Amino acid sequence: MQPVIKVENLGKSYLISHRSARTERYVALRDVIAQGVKDVVRKTQDAFRGRQVLQGDEVEEFWALRNVGFEVAQGEVVGIIGRNGAGKSTLLKVLSRITEPSEGRVTIRGRVASLLEVGTGFHPELTGRENIFLNGAILGMKRREIRAKFDEIVQFAEIEKFIDTPVKRYSSGMYVRLAFAVAAHLEPEILVVDEVLAVGDATFQRKCIGKMQEVSGQMGRTVLFVSHQMTSLQALCDKAIFLNAGKTSGIESVQSAVAKYLHGNDATEISEYLIPNPSTDSDAVLERISLADEYGRPNVRFQISKPWYIEIFWKNITGVPVNPNIQLKTNTGIVALVAIDTTLDWDGSKKKAVGRYKSKVCMPAHFLNANDYWLSVSLDCASPARAYDTAFDALRITLWDPMDESSIARGHFTKPREDAVTWPALEWKCTGPNGTIV
Amino acid sequence: MEIILEPGRSEKNYWRDIWNYRELFQVLAWRDLSVRYKQTVIGVFWAVLRPFLTMVVFTVVFGKLAGMPSPGNIPYALLVFAGMLPWTFFATALGEASGSLIGNANLISKVYFPRLIIPAATVMVSFVDFLISFAIMVGMMVWYLYLPSWQIFLLPVFMLIAFLASLGPGLWITALNVKYRDFRYIIPFIVQFGLYVCPVGFSSQVVREKFGETAFMIYSLNPMVGVIDGFRWCILGGDFKIFWPGFFVSICIVVFFLWLGIHKFRKMERIFADII
Repeated sequence: MQPVIKVENLGKSYLISHRSARTERYVALRDVIAQGVKDVVRKTQDAFRGRQVLQGDEVEEFWALRNVGFEVAQGEVVGIIGRNGAGKSTLLKVLSRITEPSEGRVTIRGRVASLLEVGTGFHPELTGRENIFLNGAILGMKRREIRAKFDEIVQFAEIEKFIDTPVKRYSSGMYVRLAFAVAAHLEPEILVVDEVLAVGDATFQRKCIGKMQEVSGQMGRTVLFVSHQMTSLQALCDKAIFLNAGKTSGIESVQSAVAKYLHGNDATEISEYLIPNPSTDSDAVLERISLADEYGRPNVRFQISKPWYIEIFWKNITGVPVNPNIQLKTNTGIVALVAIDTTLDWDGSKKKAVGRYKSKVCMPAHFLNANDYWLSVSLDCASPARAYDTAFDALRITLWDPMDESSIARGHFTKPREDAVTWPALEWKCTGPNGTIV
Repeated sequence: MEIILEPGRSEKNYWRDIWNYRELFQVLAWRDLSVRYKQTVIGVFWAVLRPFLTMVVFTVVFGKLAGMPSPGNIPYALLVFAGMLPWTFFATALGEASGSLIGNANLISKVYFPRLIIPAATVMVSFVDFLISFAIMVGMMVWYLYLPSWQIFLLPVFMLIAFLASLGPGLWITALNVKYRDFRYIIPFIVQFGLYVCPVGFSSQVVREKFGETAFMIYSLNPMVGVIDGFRWCILGGDFKIFWPGFFVSICIVVFFLWLGIHKFRKMERIFADII
């Protein structure tokens, strides 16, 4: 059988200029003219001194994808795994025709619909009913199809009562539900899903996973699924592609791709993570994440008997309420802990100071067990629930057990216990047979 | 259905793609229309008020104060309004189209469709405004008991010309605006300037009589001169004498700008998602 998606030698390059990449994504004609004058002056000077005249030495070619090749057969659910900036989104953008490849060739048999973000094209002034038609058309549905499925969509989204209310009056949960409901009722041959399961409450997430399984299993459709949640990837996908810095070794079993991702040696021994391209259109962005031991020295290996610190450097661009939070995940993809800064003012109605912030969180001693952990950091807002910026699996942390008296939680047990995520030093009290305290 | 994606490949099947996405075009035009007057007090009445007040001012300033002549026995108000119909259409279409891609940046960076649909859909919104203004025109002709002649049936042809005349520069500026945001400042300037450069408040016959026919041919390089003259000839009938050589010069410029606009737009379209 012919593959549904065939990618050969695909590459996508971007020209990044050193000056503009940092400030703004568009250039003003004024700057172009000023730069043009400067360039002419520089080139003339170079020519006079007999040097080689360089064209645009401020510009660098950056390959977001290079030599990527794989084939996907019909009905397969393929996960796309990779760290931030590995080229996952670029790959999806090329496959869904948003951007053109710079080299190579992609052959697609069938209609592609992408769920790059739920609610794309929703207009706040329009009612739920109107937005279903608008969003459906944007996602490539015909009006006839939408009309046929209208009741089903409304029911799936659980918004029957509010169907003629403008969506700007919807709660964020209703908004997400409606957006996903429209997308879930698409009937493309190939569905591209990017991180949509990260939103919504648990019941709704279960519903979504059910819908995706139905789409791939019973209807025989092909699904490409990008997520940082290893557990849902393993539950949903048969195969996966592991992307690392724009390159891949092709399609493989989901287990081996997850293993490559979690054991990836590209991030070991790095105690600082600089966000590659901080986005400029978000209200708050992460800039840098770093690890330090109890004396403030950068490190990635910590004793389980010593405290250590995570420092998050972030910027509040528009003065929105921000609650930084962290997540630690083990090698096998189990979420060991989540933590959120509760000391901050959570009142979303008040405007916060614009500028750079540093959040420092202490991981206590005698708490986590010896293991490798992946740290994810995100900037969220609790109410209204929003995610501004997230760095998934940004740093890898190794906790080790010194196996001496300092490990009070382990006491005299000399054997490591690998079955537990935490091994905390808790307060114990033991009462003996005669009410005596031992 | 098989799609092949390769560098430079999107050129093929472009027009067929646009046809396939016609429903999206309709939906986007409908969205822009229905959102337009939400949360306004007098709503659609704005589309009536603006051209009507401009017409009153122009009739008083050019017709009464400056004493500009009106060809034949055409009431000056009708002369002004017949010129304002295509001009207002052009001005609003240009203004709406130029910001349309940036206003829909979230769509462009997330979903594929022929990008030409977005500015084209916004031009349709200006077309609805035009229809409303045309209703005022009809009302005014009834008021002045002015009877149009057979040319009025050619109106759809001239409407199409006005549409193409707006689309060409509109597409070009829209595409440029994505890359250089300076162009959003140029539009209000063009619109303000053009209102006096184009024969909106006066008849183009005045220009021809004052400066001679050679000068008028140069004046006709402004495509809106031909479009406005065409509209007046079509709506006001025999009393308005159109100068055909000038009209054809304008049409040539319209075609040139249309080609230029589409060409530039399609060239930049491929990188919209990367730079927006």
